[in-house]
Amino acid sequence: MSYHSIVMVKQVPDTANISGEVMKPDGTVNRSKLPTVFNPEDKVALELALQFRDRYDGTVRVLTMGPAKASDLLRDCLYMGADEAFLVSDRKFAGADTLATSYVLAQALQKLRPFDIIFAGRQAIDGDTAQVGPQTAEKLGLPQITYAEEIVEAQGPKITVKRKVDHGFEVLEGALPLLITVVKDAATPRPFRATRAMAYKNARTLLELEKMTEANSLLYVDQLKEEYVSKGLFIPTMTADDLDVDPKRCGLEGSPTKVHKIESVVLGGSTHETIPANKDGMYALIDRLMEDHIFG
Amino acid sequence: MNEKQPQVWVFIEQRDGKPADVSFELLSKGRKLAESLHGELKAVVIGHDMHSLAEETFRYGAQEVLLADHGDLRHYNTLPYSRILSRLVDEHQPRIVLFGGTFIGRDLAPRVASHTLSGLTADCTDLQISDVTYVRKDYSQLLLQIRPAFGGNIIATIICPDSPVQMATVREGVMEKIPLAQPVEERITPVPFEPDPTDELVRIIARHHEESKVNLKAAPIIVSGGYGMGNWQNFQVLYELAHVIGGEVAGTRAAVDAGFIDQARQVGQTGVTVRPKLYIACGISGAIQHRAGMRDANKIIAINSDPDAPIFSICHYGIVGDVMEVIPMLIDAYKHKLK
Repeated sequence: MSYHSIVMVKQVPDTANISGEVMKPDGTVNRSKLPTVFNPEDKVALELALQFRDRYDGTVRVLTMGPAKASDLLRDCLYMGADEAFLVSDRKFAGADTLATSYVLAQALQKLRPFDIIFAGRQAIDGDTAQVGPQTAEKLGLPQITYAEEIVEAQGPKITVKRKVDHGFEVLEGALPLLITVVKDAATPRPFRATRAMAYKNARTLLELEKMTEANSLLYVDQLKEEYVSKGLFIPTMTADDLDVDPKRCGLEGSPTKVHKIESVVLGGSTHETIPANKDGMYALIDRLMEDHIFG
Repeated sequence: MNEKQPQVWVFIEQRDGKPADVSFELLSKGRKLAESLHGELKAVVIGHDMHSLAEETFRYGAQEVLLADHGDLRHYNTLPYSRILSRLVDEHQPRIVLFGGTFIGRDLAPRVASHTLSGLTADCTDLQISDVTYVRKDYSQLLLQIRPAFGGNIIATIICPDSPVQMATVREGVMEKIPLAQPVEERITPVPFEPDPTDELVRIIARHHEESKVNLKAAPIIVSGGYGMGNWQNFQVLYELAHVIGGEVAGTRAAVDAGFIDQARQVGQTGVTVRPKLYIACGISGAIQHRAGMRDANKIIAINSDPDAPIFSICHYGIVGDVMEVIPMLIDAYKHKLK
């Protein structure tokens, strides 16, 4: 039996390079100002899905929600070996918290049925919430296995997964279809395949084609799209109009959590005692700690 | 179906019938939140043979336990547990539901929040009740969910102004466990459980439990290393120091991500929060997420080669220097003075 997987991936800001200037007044993030990376655990999830396809045959599709810039991420997925990529993008989806995000993703996944397994990274490094996976599963009425470390085996409509728990691990057997979130130790992402990078470097999402036509009045989107589709280089884009979404449940409006206040972290003046990094300093430090009743 | 008194709920997590510490920490915090709201604190217990565990929650201020006790519920399982809790939340509409930021809590809370369309904030480092004006509208007694965000340069206060139920997860150790001298009230309300075919969609076929070898929260002294330690081999010197002075070794998120140390030893917002007598921060820059997990240590020593590292702003004793040179000197000095 072969299996059809979908991997939910996300382009995330490189959280090491963030300053207060990238926060908008409403408390959401101005992502266009940030350097971005492939969310590490989503990359592991894609690798795990590709390994699963290598083992059992089938397909691996990837899905992301994000701005036009997220097209880069989808090309990376194609370079690694994904069969197909889909972008979910609309201004109406901007500013979404995990609940509004999972709602839109679930509606998009409905369009991609049938599938057997949905893979996702455990969490994204920009929020570390680990909520979108379980919330998407709930919206689709699917069971979930979070913190997966290893796919032990698949047999017919069942999959056996080893997962991390507090102080140990569990082996779970789940009925397909289900959603699996993956921890970083589960697999080592393969490098891009040169032949695939050559083949897909010109793959474009609808948003990118639209941009090309804006820059050149001789181009028409429909014509361009047809051309890219015929060359197998079109990355489908789903907007609010393509999905059966209730606008009240999308984006900022559909997000029950709101950012009330953002405070930049200001470090207070340092009042500590400086200890010289030498033998005398260490002796003095031990004395101080004995006075503090920590030692002795 | 709002009941008159606002309710604060804590999901009580148990593994093999043993309650998780974080649940009692959350009851202690929940008690304060319930007082601010002039409301009631309730514990939700799901499992099997849970009566004595349910009674333990009274010691931490629970005024009522909602108890789902059934043979099929012995071990945590996402679908039946989330079904029970989602139905209870729908029915009673508590103002606040708190979960431990554990593997179980982080598996369960989003599922329940999604079902009940509630706002959920992960890994809060503080929770407060306050009146809030948001987009020119006044809201009374909202839960302020406070957490570092975006690489730690920012502390965000999250609110759920229009969500009837506000949910949050909190990591172990963030809140303090404070038992009551005298439990106030003792009421256990059984919650009916009907097994459902969907409960069997995911079955546990093997469990491996390792008793945690480390208990950072109980350690009087913690020697902690950051990314600045450079590699895992250099961490050995921290184990040596910890051994000599009688402490435990811990690390930062960056050190864990780099593979220098195990995740079970991570201190910080997404790890454990500790309050030792002495915390020795070695090669730790001092990002806010890390500071959130150790700033309440009685005394902090910082060793870092960068004199501008933020860790120096919260330490009591600062040493600017190479950790690999300073620590052997510290070990020698300790041995000379105290042995």
